[in-house]
Amino acid sequence: MAELGSARRLPRFGFLLMLLLLPAGSALEEPHHRTNGSATHKKAFPVLDFNYEHVRIPFEISLWILLALFMKLGFHIIPRVSHVVPESCLLIFVGLLVGGIIKAMHDKAPILDTKLFFLYLLPPIILDAGYFLPIRLFTENLGTILVFAVVGTLWNAFFIGGMMFAICQIEVAHLGGVSLLSCLLFGSIVSAVDPVAVLAVFEEIHINELLYILVFGESLLNDAVTVVLYHLFEEFSHAGSVTMGDAFLGVLSFLVVSLGGILAGVVYGIVGAFTSRFTSHSRVIEPLFVFLYSYMAYLSAEVFHLSGIMSLIACGVVMRPYVEANISHKSYTTIKYFLKMWSSVSETLIFIFLGVSTVEGPHNWNWLFVVFTLVLCLVSRVLGVVGLTFIINKFRIVKLTKKDQFIVAYGGLRGAIAFSLGFLLPDDETKHMFLTAIITVIFFTVFVQGMTIRPLVELLAVKRKKESRRSINEEIHTQFLDHLLTGIEDICGHYGHHHWKDKLTRFNENYVKKWLISGERSAEPQLISFYNKLEMKQAMMLVESNSSARLPTFASAASLQNVQPKEAAPRRAIPSISKTREEEIRKILRANLQKTRQRLRSYSRHDLFMDPFEDNMSEVRFRKQQVDMERRMSHYLTVPAKRQETPSVRKVWFEPEHKVHTYDLDDGESPAGLSFRPKPRPPEGVDLVDEDTPQNTNQGTAQPGQEEKLKPSCCLSDPGPNTEEEA
Amino acid sequence: MYFLHKRCYRNAVKPVCEQKSLLPLNIQPQTEKCSFPVFFLFLVVEQVKHTPTCVLPLRCRKENLENIPALAENPIKNQIIEAFFDKRNQHGNEVGSFQEIGFEQFVMVMSHFRPPNLKTTKEEKQEMRKEKLRFLFNMHDTDGDGIITLQEYRKVVEELLSNSGAMDQDAAHEIADAAMLEVASTNVPQMSPEDHYEGITFQHFEQILKDLEMETRMFIRFLDVDTTTMHCGKATS
Repeated sequence: MAELGSARRLPRFGFLLMLLLLPAGSALEEPHHRTNGSATHKKAFPVLDFNYEHVRIPFEISLWILLALFMKLGFHIIPRVSHVVPESCLLIFVGLLVGGIIKAMHDKAPILDTKLFFLYLLPPIILDAGYFLPIRLFTENLGTILVFAVVGTLWNAFFIGGMMFAICQIEVAHLGGVSLLSCLLFGSIVSAVDPVAVLAVFEEIHINELLYILVFGESLLNDAVTVVLYHLFEEFSHAGSVTMGDAFLGVLSFLVVSLGGILAGVVYGIVGAFTSRFTSHSRVIEPLFVFLYSYMAYLSAEVFHLSGIMSLIACGVVMRPYVEANISHKSYTTIKYFLKMWSSVSETLIFIFLGVSTVEGPHNWNWLFVVFTLVLCLVSRVLGVVGLTFIINKFRIVKLTKKDQFIVAYGGLRGAIAFSLGFLLPDDETKHMFLTAIITVIFFTVFVQGMTIRPLVELLAVKRKKESRRSINEEIHTQFLDHLLTGIEDICGHYGHHHWKDKLTRFNENYVKKWLISGERSAEPQLISFYNKLEMKQAMMLVESNSSARLPTFASAASLQNVQPKEAAPRRAIPSISKTREEEIRKILRANLQKTRQRLRSYSRHDLFMDPFEDNMSEVRFRKQQVDMERRMSHYLTVPAKRQETPSVRKVWFEPEHKVHTYDLDDGESPAGLSFRPKPRPPEGVDLVDEDTPQNTNQGTAQPGQEEKLKPSCCLSDPGPNTEEEA
Repeated sequence: MYFLHKRCYRNAVKPVCEQKSLLPLNIQPQTEKCSFPVFFLFLVVEQVKHTPTCVLPLRCRKENLENIPALAENPIKNQIIEAFFDKRNQHGNEVGSFQEIGFEQFVMVMSHFRPPNLKTTKEEKQEMRKEKLRFLFNMHDTDGDGIITLQEYRKVVEELLSNSGAMDQDAAHEIADAAMLEVASTNVPQMSPEDHYEGITFQHFEQILKDLEMETRMFIRFLDVDTTTMHCGKATS
């Protein structure tokens, strides 16, 4: 098995690395020895020395991360296994192996230290999830998510805790020493759905967004409940007795923890958005602001024992729209990829460490306790989900069907958070027993439920995620619907959902955006910014792709001429366009091309620079693009069906986007042997693109009175002098 | 909160609703409890009572709706008001528009916004979806010829952007043009240069919006109207 092989590879690899680092180690030793050498008597000059202690900690950390990355690589080499078994299972398995190996060497393996987990491993994952949270869907289902998170977790905790206490009373289990409060503490630890595990499993099965947001949202929001319950029961189990006042304080504490966490996150988010307004001159450090502000939000919340996860989510959510309007495209890409990278590595490390800690940690296996914990977890989850859905469905429009309920119940996975919280308990016999039970539950949910959820999803034919791209029509109509429904609510005098959303949006646009978004973008309505983003994406696609003739969707198939209003006359009379406007449009398009070229050419020490080979390639690409653009422009400007034109002017055919139409260029120009062969003719009677130089097509457009209004908004059009984004 | 007196409901409103088969609108005649359409009876009354020209039986004019202050900031206010007076939204075959509408017409328009519930079958959901899309289509197609032309679509986008103050007409046109092209390209992919794309027909409209789940997005939700608990009584305002 690949995992075994790479695990065995590890010590050898480490040795190799150590050999490489020896010269570095010895070089650092030399000046030291020289000063000593004169004082003491002469000893042999050490040519090669060994000093591992110097680099031990970063060395080991790097080795662990490398191991995690190799695992990720390795799994995808064996496609069959990775299809059946989710990655998290494989990672835990690897962790078990590594832990076993380390234990066999009688060495102490690193365990999933709570501080390490909560301060370093968890935040990237949560930030990644929170930053890219689908806000619309989240807010639409917020009520449901909150009910599941708060009420559901409370139910789980008390049910499991109470029943376990009842179990402990059974004489045969010899568990009489476990008090009610300890059981409740245990219940609160093991009841929380874990976001890391949910993400790891649900990412792979691609279920529809509603279910994903329900389970995932619940796993995020139940953090507040878990924190409060945990601290509450921990305090009480020291104090020994509970009064009504304590219970009331508990409820108050919950409100403080959750709302305080959110407040902390919002404050940091606003500060972060405000900072990003001024970063136009040092684009390179923009991503760091996002990361640091979010991390500070998390840490600040943890200082006051508020819910760090909620703070992190709130910070990301608040910061995102403003930051994205302010930062450059490259920074946006950087943020996206760094977040994905960190969260991916974190997740891998968490699962591996979970495996290692399992092997390492002291265990106290009590059959009755463990089995009942497992059974009760499942039972309480199912009961909770079914019961709550029954109540929730009375208030929902899109009701949750039985299939949905099943997936929500089945997707309640436990993970590393439960383990870490368990680890924080004071060290005694019951702690070991609890830990064993927690680990068993985690293993069961991750292995059994994780592996079987995919075939179950397919069996039950649960709706999958729609891989659809956002189209401009959908965006227009989404906005239209929002205004329409708000208007209807206003007519009815009913202050509903849409009314308040509209008020919030208007507040946002009138006041908040002016403060937090720099320059012209602050006044840009959402539709226009969406459209610009779409255009930008298409332009980027064109620039990056080799095939210069890959046209974007909405400009590819039909052309504007087909869309012009039909006049009464049988011959289509197309409104004429003045020469000057045409020239202007051409200039704009050309200038845009040039600017793109210039952007890539200029570089400074802090910018990314292109190596000369790439520069040549882009040169070629741009030339091709230019020709292509001229061709397209000319097409838009020529009369459609006029066959009396010069025969050299032919038209682009209308194809859906995935079929590219290309043309032949002298291949000598393309350095890497990029060949642009014309694609085979489609069966319908359409025309091939002409290879002639632009001059011909320019002449074709000079026909008076039959020129068409050019639509400059194909992908590379300049969205407007003010709203242009710089690199 | 507006309530309706039981007798009034039984004598006046219920027969109207039954006659126009508006029963699916959550009116439960056997329990004699009211539901949301009845709201509007009194809301319309509240709005119109300031206008001395309006007399019972209630008739509502365009000016009455235009005077609603909350609507003032809505960018598509005119289209919404037009939609209430549009004959095409009355589930009939007439075209044109009314000068004033009565309660039944009002409720007919509102019935486009009812949500599906657990009991609606798949066919009913399809029907609802079509109905709602038809409503939207009628809102865009102002001249009533069954096709949304480029000009009409441009007007739609212009109106949407009209709230933002400094409206760039060119930008609005660009967006509308791009959207039209998209509709054309998805619906008529093999269009040759000779073809002329007239405009968006209803089928194309359905096609382009098939991913937006209309039946679950286009509804008005009255959280404080729970048909099982709400009673009929006199308004206390």
